[in-house]
Amino acid sequence: MSEDLSIFDIAGPVMVGPSSSHTAGACKIGQFARALFHATPTEVVFYLHGSFGEVYKGHATDRALLGGVMKFQTSDPRIRDAFEIAKEKNLKYEFIVKDLGENAHPNTVKIVLKNENSKMSVTGSSIGGGMIEITKVDNFDVLLHGRAGKYLSLVAQLDHNDECLLNFQKHINKLEDISVAAIDKSDFKKKTLAVISLEGRRIKLSEVIELEKLEGVDFVRSLSKLETQ
Amino acid sequence: MEYQFKTAEEVINLCKKHKISISELAKRYESERSGKSTANVRERMKRTRDVMYEAIQKGIKSNERSKMGMVGGDAKKIYKHINSTSKIMGNKVTLRAMAYATAVGEQNACMRRIVAFPTAGGSGVVPGVLFSCSEHFKAGKRKLLKGMFCASAVGLIIAEGATLSAAKGGCQAEVGAAVAMSAAGLTEMRGGTPEQCFHAAAIALKSYLGLACDPLGGLVEVPCIKRNAIGCMAAIGASDMVICGVTSFIPFDEVVQAMNNIAEIMSPKLRETALGGLAVTKTGNMIKRKLGLKVTTEL
Repeated sequence: MSEDLSIFDIAGPVMVGPSSSHTAGACKIGQFARALFHATPTEVVFYLHGSFGEVYKGHATDRALLGGVMKFQTSDPRIRDAFEIAKEKNLKYEFIVKDLGENAHPNTVKIVLKNENSKMSVTGSSIGGGMIEITKVDNFDVLLHGRAGKYLSLVAQLDHNDECLLNFQKHINKLEDISVAAIDKSDFKKKTLAVISLEGRRIKLSEVIELEKLEGVDFVRSLSKLETQ
Repeated sequence: MEYQFKTAEEVINLCKKHKISISELAKRYESERSGKSTANVRERMKRTRDVMYEAIQKGIKSNERSKMGMVGGDAKKIYKHINSTSKIMGNKVTLRAMAYATAVGEQNACMRRIVAFPTAGGSGVVPGVLFSCSEHFKAGKRKLLKGMFCASAVGLIIAEGATLSAAKGGCQAEVGAAVAMSAAGLTEMRGGTPEQCFHAAAIALKSYLGLACDPLGGLVEVPCIKRNAIGCMAAIGASDMVICGVTSFIPFDEVVQAMNNIAEIMSPKLRETALGGLAVTKTGNMIKRKLGLKVTTEL
């Protein structure tokens, strides 16, 4: 992401401590996993690799990951109580320390989400300062970038052609007070996975539903909870 | 791009050209790059300020300890003494700055909300210095925002020319950067020129070059929080020296280059890995064992 730094990259992000890579970044990976799963999971297993596996308790990486899967933002104080809230929501969770291979970044987690209909695994790494990469979805290599505390992002699965993505972008730009700051895309099982980072006001649930109805769009999910107007 | 900058030299020239302060330049820079109004940018900085204020206020009243029990309650201890001037060698401003910086660091360690300004590890210095000094000036909130914008511009120059990540550059890149940013921000708040702001930042950063990031158990607790507190003294001291007429012999941009050079030479063991320095002391290893981490070095 070679963009000009924002003043608020320095004066921010606002986050729940203690670590931008082990807490804020972890939360962001959790948000991505939930958005890509595009359903409500009833069970989630986290495989923690490298530094994530070693120091996850001290940095509350576990609570942050679980909070992210429940769509908490990185600045949400409820991250502290993620375990209790997951129990209330009947979301089963487990943390397992596992070596994910030599090539995996030291701060990597593989998240397996399940409900009665489907199952998905998402692998991501927190690469520093709240910046993250999603590297695998269901054993399929992808490369999607995210950054904690900077943008509100949408994840979408689209038909694999540029026109479809352009059309999608055009529809977002039509929304008042919202503009596209960046688009990141990756091939995925003959489809395109796209991360659309938005600037401006928060997008509404009704607007996301409209976007999902566009031709060639399989699903659209927001990384964090939407305003239901 | 009219207001774009990556170095202190460019900032000083732009400030001269437009007859504006560093904080005003930072605001216009952000407005230009994001396409938002300066009023909108200012509003966002106000929200940032409010989060900092909340963290300080909670922190100075809290007895809560972090999960590992290494830190907690020190901000309250320090803050209790800000009026006992006979007992304290520093003054009320420095003591209060240390209390505030500790408060933010402790809140971070206890999983409360903070602003990573510029990072979570160095998040105490800027609020510590700027809030304490603005209380001393009896300054309105406007002046505090000036300090914050100016500090952000200095942080941006460090990020462009070197790094703000301890994993890349050690603690000089986190607490060191925060001290330089605070020194500049404070200097602008008390009416210093852009040149003076960078002299203060240069003097401050020079004193922090080469500082290792060697936290116990890899946690942002020991020695991070106290380093933030002591960093406030350095920032206020650097700004005071500049107000007395002292200048930095080495320009700020060159100090940033030196910082980057040191980052490249620095052993990875001293860059947030908990494999050297304080992290491998007897006490450091005790914490590692408690966390179930591998002990690699015994001193």
